[in-house]
Amino acid sequence: MAESIVVDHVTKDFTMHYHRTLKQMAVATLRGLPLKEEFQAVNDVSFTVEQGESVGLMGLNGSGKSTLLKLINGVMRPNQGTIRTRGRIAGLIATGAGFHPQMTGRENLYLNGAILGMSENEINGKFDEIVEFAGIGKFLDTPVSHYSSGMYARLGFAIAIHVDADIFLADEVLAVGDRPFKKKCLAKMQEIRTQGTTIFYVSHAAASVRAMCDRVLILESGHLNFDGPCDDGIRYLQYDDDDDDENSLEGMVDEELGADI
Amino acid sequence: MKAADKAAQQGALKVDENGRRKNAAQRARALMERKSDSMPVVQFVGERQERHVTAEMVDPAPRGGIVEVAQQHYLLRLIVSRQLAQQYAASVLGLLWSYIQPGMRFAVYFFIFGVVLKTHQGTPNFALRLFAGMVFMHFFTETWTKATQSIWNNRALVLKMRVPREVFPIASMLTAAYHTGPQVVILIACCAVVGWHFSFAAVLALLLGFALLLTFATAMALYFSALNVLYKDFQNIVSTITQFLHFLVPMMYSYSVIAALGKDHQAAYQLYMANPLAEAVMLMQRCFWFPTLNNQSQFAKQFPPDLWSRGLIMLAVSCVLLVFSQRFFARVESKFPERL
Ligand SMILES: Nc1ncnc2c1ncn2[C@@H]1O[C@H](COP(=O)(O)OP(=O)(O)O)[C@@H](O)[C@H]1O
Ligand SMILES: [Mg+2]
Repeated sequence: MAESIVVDHVTKDFTMHYHRTLKQMAVATLRGLPLKEEFQAVNDVSFTVEQGESVGLMGLNGSGKSTLLKLINGVMRPNQGTIRTRGRIAGLIATGAGFHPQMTGRENLYLNGAILGMSENEINGKFDEIVEFAGIGKFLDTPVSHYSSGMYARLGFAIAIHVDADIFLADEVLAVGDRPFKKKCLAKMQEIRTQGTTIFYVSHAAASVRAMCDRVLILESGHLNFDGPCDDGIRYLQYDDDDDDENSLEGMVDEELGADI
Repeated sequence: MKAADKAAQQGALKVDENGRRKNAAQRARALMERKSDSMPVVQFVGERQERHVTAEMVDPAPRGGIVEVAQQHYLLRLIVSRQLAQQYAASVLGLLWSYIQPGMRFAVYFFIFGVVLKTHQGTPNFALRLFAGMVFMHFFTETWTKATQSIWNNRALVLKMRVPREVFPIASMLTAAYHTGPQVVILIACCAVVGWHFSFAAVLALLLGFALLLTFATAMALYFSALNVLYKDFQNIVSTITQFLHFLVPMMYSYSVIAALGKDHQAAYQLYMANPLAEAVMLMQRCFWFPTLNNQSQFAKQFPPDLWSRGLIMLAVSCVLLVFSQRFFARVESKFPERL
């Protein structure tokens, strides 16, 4: 099998700027206030993903999951380290797709498709399928700023999944959809998984990750602290401390899974 | 004493670290419990196929610059047509506005400078010379103001999708060109009506002026679109400058006025002429207006004697500026997502 994603000692710093205009900056400098502060959202992370692998990305909110996905899909560049990917990348990152609020659903569909590397013919060919999957029907020619967050996510997901990408990234965006749609999306993701697409799936739902992924990565405040099989990863997340009573917690997990399945 | 202190401190740190981990683990457990049902479980069915991807391993965020933009012409076309549609959305006269506004400005300039101040005296076809300058100045100011705001206005896309970000200022320039195109047609028609005499010098002036205008506009578009992400002041600075930019090129008055000024104030003259737009405008007048005159030798004073060499030097300067702006853009671009 060939390598699909290689992340090598990647660090992403964010600089927090406290001031936006020249005037504010001048005032802050005069008063001796700090102008900016740096912190690492992703800290020295390395891993390799083979083509066709399905990877679950887990961790608390703010641990750097979305940032890592942005680095992989090229929206951001690492400050240190390198990332190499093979083939077309599509997906949904952070909250909502990259839509232009003033444009209609149809215009955004074409624009998004073009950005993801589709040609005009390719988009035309898949247009009906995408609209059908998104189920936005008569809202197609309404500006997306009038969409509900669910419709927004649906259209974004529908476009991304129909791109025929080699790497598919799914951040927590799906969480805003309704349950039948979530099911439909996950089924579609399982379908592209059979086609050998590399998948990144971010979710807090252990059972769902277990069904979708072959492997789990766990980020903790920017550090990659776990990389291994799903079950171990989920266990890692739940009983970080050895002195916890394993047995009682084991029972709890089974209960949870039972509720979910 | 000191060692003991250190040990105590380390102990405290260790406890702190343990506490933090415990805390994080607790939060992780709580989150997983809460979210355990947030996504449904869908089992894998079917058979796993292998996918052979022929592409090479590449950087997902290549630094392609404007070269990459040129390769993505479909995307560029979509963005331009979007900008055109958006600019005049919900306006009754629509695209006409892009002619009404320059048309009015032309009428005002013509009246004030030509009729009231009588700068047209001794300048045959004054209107044509004014128009030739205004068309290309309009292209430049449109490009500059729109490009400066372009990254900011498209932040929804910049934050979420991987695009060569130069696409936005370049698209602003193409939009400006789309608006200017018909004005150029009108200009050519006017030249034909008045009587335009072919000469190679005129064609050369067109080529040089056009190359100069294009490189300079691209450089400014790239530079200021990036700068405006860092400091939002620049979109105001740019729109302020464009307010009086029209007065800093010789189109309402003739070059001979500036040349006369240069006799006493050499520094002011050089400063005036250091504006690439002044050369570009004069080259365009050399192409469109000058060949319509009957006794051309009489009006040679309307252009600097070193127009050609100045034009070439400014073209070289603009090329350097373009390289510099592209570098600046590429450097700042990686900070866009956190500054928007
Ligand atoms: N554009 C940004 N500018 C500054 N800080 C950011 C930016 N995006 C994310 N962060 C910070 O980086 C950290 C990681 O965020 P994120 O990757 O969104 O976490 P997650 O997706 O795991 O919840 C957070 O502390 C967040 O506040
Ligand atoms: Mg996130």
